[in-house]
Amino acid sequence: MRESMEFDVVIVGAGPAGLSAACRLMQQAQEKTMELTVCVVEKGSEIGAHILSGAVIESRAMDELFPDWKAMGAPLNTPVFSDELYLLKSETIAQKLPNALIPKTMHNTGHGLDNYVVSLGNVCRWLAEQAEGLGVEIFPGFAAAEILFHENGPFKGSVKGIATGDMGVTASGEQGPNYMEGMELHAKYTLFAEGCRGHLGKQLIEQFNLDIEADAQHYGLGIKELWEIDPKKHRPGLVVHGSGWPLEGDTTGGFFLYHLENNQVAAGLIVDLNYTNPWLSPFDEFQRLKHHPVLANHLDGGKRVAYGARAIAKGGFNSLPKMVFPGGLLIGCNAGTLNFSKIKGTHTAMKSGMLAGEAVFEAIAEGNEGGSELNSFSNKFKASWAYDELFRSRNFGPSMHKFGPILGGVFNFVDQNLFGGKLPITLHDNKQDYAQLKPADQCTKIKYPKPDGKLSFDKLSSVFISNTNHEEGQPCHLKLKDSSLPIVRNLPIFAEPAQRYCPAGVYEVNERESGAFFQINSQNCLHCKACDIKDPSQNIIWTAPEGAGGPNYPNF
Amino acid sequence: MKIIVSVKRVIDYNVKVRVKTDNSDVDLTNVKMSLNPFCEIAVEEAIRLKEVGVASEIVVVSIGPNAVQEQLRTAMALGADRAIHIETEMQPEPLNVAKLLTKIVESEEPGLVILGKQSIDSDNNQVGQMLAALTGWPQGTFASEVKIEDGKALVTREVDGGLRSLSLTLPAVVTTDLRLNEPRYAKLPDIMKAKRKPMEVKTPADLSVHLKKHISQLKVETPPQRQVGIKVDSVDALIDKLKNEAKIILRKLG
Repeated sequence: MRESMEFDVVIVGAGPAGLSAACRLMQQAQEKTMELTVCVVEKGSEIGAHILSGAVIESRAMDELFPDWKAMGAPLNTPVFSDELYLLKSETIAQKLPNALIPKTMHNTGHGLDNYVVSLGNVCRWLAEQAEGLGVEIFPGFAAAEILFHENGPFKGSVKGIATGDMGVTASGEQGPNYMEGMELHAKYTLFAEGCRGHLGKQLIEQFNLDIEADAQHYGLGIKELWEIDPKKHRPGLVVHGSGWPLEGDTTGGFFLYHLENNQVAAGLIVDLNYTNPWLSPFDEFQRLKHHPVLANHLDGGKRVAYGARAIAKGGFNSLPKMVFPGGLLIGCNAGTLNFSKIKGTHTAMKSGMLAGEAVFEAIAEGNEGGSELNSFSNKFKASWAYDELFRSRNFGPSMHKFGPILGGVFNFVDQNLFGGKLPITLHDNKQDYAQLKPADQCTKIKYPKPDGKLSFDKLSSVFISNTNHEEGQPCHLKLKDSSLPIVRNLPIFAEPAQRYCPAGVYEVNERESGAFFQINSQNCLHCKACDIKDPSQNIIWTAPEGAGGPNYPNF
Repeated sequence: MKIIVSVKRVIDYNVKVRVKTDNSDVDLTNVKMSLNPFCEIAVEEAIRLKEVGVASEIVVVSIGPNAVQEQLRTAMALGADRAIHIETEMQPEPLNVAKLLTKIVESEEPGLVILGKQSIDSDNNQVGQMLAALTGWPQGTFASEVKIEDGKALVTREVDGGLRSLSLTLPAVVTTDLRLNEPRYAKLPDIMKAKRKPMEVKTPADLSVHLKKHISQLKVETPPQRQVGIKVDSVDALIDKLKNEAKIILRKLG
């Protein structure tokens, strides 16, 4: 029997959604002088270690959660002062789009809402300090490995909590010398805030059929680097976005480049994971993109400091699953609350967490013992500004997918600027991203230029500066449902795209005398979840490795 | 018997170290910090001695700014009983650390002090030895095995090309090598309990130690970048490169 601990609320994931929920729960408990126990588990070695975001954030949710955040020292130090948007037409030519032609949701200045260029990792570190100050127990380095259900009694079938993973297990699955069994954390309510494509969230969606009325979820893969640039070029608060080259044909996506504090610049590329050409490598697209003058002008002469990657859930309103189920809630990007038309998700993730905190607190304060489906949350969410803005932006992604980046852009301009997102049409895009790949022999092979070691780099030297580590000798956390499929199906049809979509070089097809074999270098894994999403055979299952494993991002 | 373990907060071993642009030091902004791995081994050894009934109390000590309390809590989550934080913003130089620890040893009167042999950031490997000198206690450094029997510490030391076994009369100072043990993981309930274990905060002035700066760091540099390799098309070209560029062949071959 595993040991267990009892809490009122257990939260999985110390990101903006989970920490906002934790803070909101405790704030209310203090107001009502009620005793409440809240525990947050986080698989990263410390808070912020696995957080990766651009990030420009809208302060709306923060204003509500901590009206005094400025005086309290929240690291929102760099207000956006200027927005630039480019359409890259070739590797050297770009067209700067005039502000009037840009969908309103994409403006970061001049609409009364405050936007800041931040490191979301640092924002989370700050939120965690506030949560701990309010009495929340936060445990970094502990991965929630499985969902626990009540097996009998009045709450039968509802979520009972989670179990943390065993530590010190050897590669063959035996107990090593420092073996430590996982622990059961039981709660009246469990909030899942794992971020995009959380491995437990995915199971919950399946088990409780949460997405039965939703469109297919859509994803992008974001690749990000942090640079220290020439102080003469540094303009804190400058925000640059763009799309076009080097993504071609039906591949969509866009890049970002934000000037932070201390001569640092965050640059990245988001490639939509519904791309069709199996030869595409999001990593290499980003590497060549940096040579475009629009980006190179900022980065030239600078030094790359950190690298990372993370999938984002960008399906928005139409893809949003039901967020409540017996005994728990799915919040933030784990459900998919990101507003892609704003290219922002922190404010909506935080809001969903705060509302979850309110709904759960009210239920517990009224004597609810757990196990219910908290419809009060759904009502609160529907009445919130977060829901309203997701609704208004519901056509943004589908129109791009349906009409392409140019005509889709026109649609979005009309929808967002002339009708405020209230055009009485809802576009649907129901094809799963993994099902979009075409056979390799029907697609053009892409030849990527060699990295120059100044602006562009290879995968391994990139993964090196993500500070990624997994304790040696543990079982591989990337599971194959059928270990033969990569070679038997994916290789002949799609030239095994995992070799290219994985931004960390985890997957390789190597030759040995007996033929090709599929190698998984799981120690490189950045926990981005692209494999779980894009594998055309849906054969790769991402599970949580030993706690504290994975990247150690600095201020990402 | 009481055991004192000193621990240091250092840059995490997974983090790729970066040097500040002005070359004054290693850049520690937003970088993950951890318990020095050798100190973790020292804590583990103390816990094991307590588990077999040799030790009765484990006191962990750390020196530095407020942030070091995080590492003291980690040590207490692993099994230390209480902590002493000596608060200073000054870079902890080995001699200053040894002097402060000597004062703690004088007031706590432990039977054994266990330290990591060195910290992975400054790699000095001096504090244990200095502490032994200042206290006049015997020392067993680079320990790969420690046994306590009849008032003696039997220490196996890893030395060049072999092992050396010592018998030290207690009280004594032991520093740990990598192979001494494999530290355990902290358990969730123990992490919670550690938050309530006693943490005493002292200043160097409280201990009547005047911290003198003996060392100033002139410059920190990254190793030179390795040049990318090239392929040559003939043996002659290779010999030419080795002779004229790499200059590792000085005379004509053959």
